[in-house]
Amino acid sequence: MTDSSLIKGLWWKLLALLLLLYAVIYGFFIEVPYFEVTKESIRNVFYHVGMWFGMSAMLITSFIFSIRYLRGFREKEDIVAVEAANVGIFFGILGLITGMIWAKSTWGAFWVRDPKLDGAAVGMFIYLAYMVLRGSINDIHKRAKVSAVFNIFAFILWIVFVMVLPRLAGSTIHPGQDGAPVMALNLSGSTRIVFYPAMIGWILLGFWIMNLRIRIKRLGIRD
Amino acid sequence: MLFREVKALIGKDIRLELKQKYVLNGILLYLLSTVFVTYLAFEEVITPETWNSLFWIILLFVGVNGISKSFVQESPARYIYYYTIASPQAVVLSKILYNLLLMAILSLLSFGMFLLLMGNQVVNLELFILALFLGSFGLSSILTMVAAIASRASNNFSLMAVLSFPIILPLLLTLMKISRMALSGPEWPGATGPLVILVTINLAVIILAYLLFPYLWRD
Repeated sequence: MTDSSLIKGLWWKLLALLLLLYAVIYGFFIEVPYFEVTKESIRNVFYHVGMWFGMSAMLITSFIFSIRYLRGFREKEDIVAVEAANVGIFFGILGLITGMIWAKSTWGAFWVRDPKLDGAAVGMFIYLAYMVLRGSINDIHKRAKVSAVFNIFAFILWIVFVMVLPRLAGSTIHPGQDGAPVMALNLSGSTRIVFYPAMIGWILLGFWIMNLRIRIKRLGIRD
Repeated sequence: MLFREVKALIGKDIRLELKQKYVLNGILLYLLSTVFVTYLAFEEVITPETWNSLFWIILLFVGVNGISKSFVQESPARYIYYYTIASPQAVVLSKILYNLLLMAILSLLSFGMFLLLMGNQVVNLELFILALFLGSFGLSSILTMVAAIASRASNNFSLMAVLSFPIILPLLLTLMKISRMALSGPEWPGATGPLVILVTINLAVIILAYLLFPYLWRD
């Protein structure tokens, strides 16, 4: 079976495992910069931000495969688009949960009014709506085509939302952006050697889960 | 060619609307009663902030209601007929322009009702009217696309809301920002940034509609 929508080989799965083990183990040993608000919980940056990276990688994959589906109407590509979106939702919900717990301990509330949080929540609404849309069309070709159109349309508007919102709202409490008042995410050199490998690890893990889901789905179709 | 097709299709939509007046009357009544309900519910507590939020949220709901019928109001056989004689781009552009006309009328009417019942909060009227026009355009183009998507699925109406609310947010929040400026003071300079964003969103949606609609139109 030769097709481009599945990534072959073992090396990248092993790499994902190694990077994540490294992030989980060394992430707790490493010396981290001290901030009054976060204290030791700043280590969550290796795991919570990873969810955001994994989600972004999955949603971009879903978007690309929706475009590819509309160019050739191959069912394989529709399956990749939907499974990437599923894994993206999974990462997104984990990101929201880890973020909410962290927010409670640092900012004192599970949810604060903030462009980053709202952007993530709206992304979840869009992809849950995408799933509802798929559920309400029975014909598989029609479902693939209509949901691909929605995916492309919604993804671009979501990107606009994520880019536009901080400019409308002014200041933000969430780090990772200019003018964050609480805690600037200026990772020192020592933290970076965990942060970047961890992000790559989470993205690779996302592709791994996606590959497994695609293969399960294909088995179901062949029956 | 495209222009002539669009013109003919808009003319068709207007004649159809005037023939089946109950649809238009229904949406007008929906607008009037919603504004009246909020007027009664909020009594004397209308600050400019509430005025602004209420105005745009009501307009969003009216838009969803008015535009959701765009691709389901005629019989499927008639859509097949249109398919044979018009290009998909002409169909979607004509629907967007027709819905723009509808939304412009509804937003002006809604503004009039707000003036009548909740008093005038608008300081910079020109800016507000500009926001109304650009807002009608954006609502009409995004909601027309969503209506086309939802019309291909069952349970059309609840899908319409579920699909459109999250993706309409960049437009809606930008509009609220601009109209908040029009409510708070007569100055213009601060509004240029959001206005550029608004025009960009509108252009992006039109391009996307032009490119993507053909996939929805043919089965």
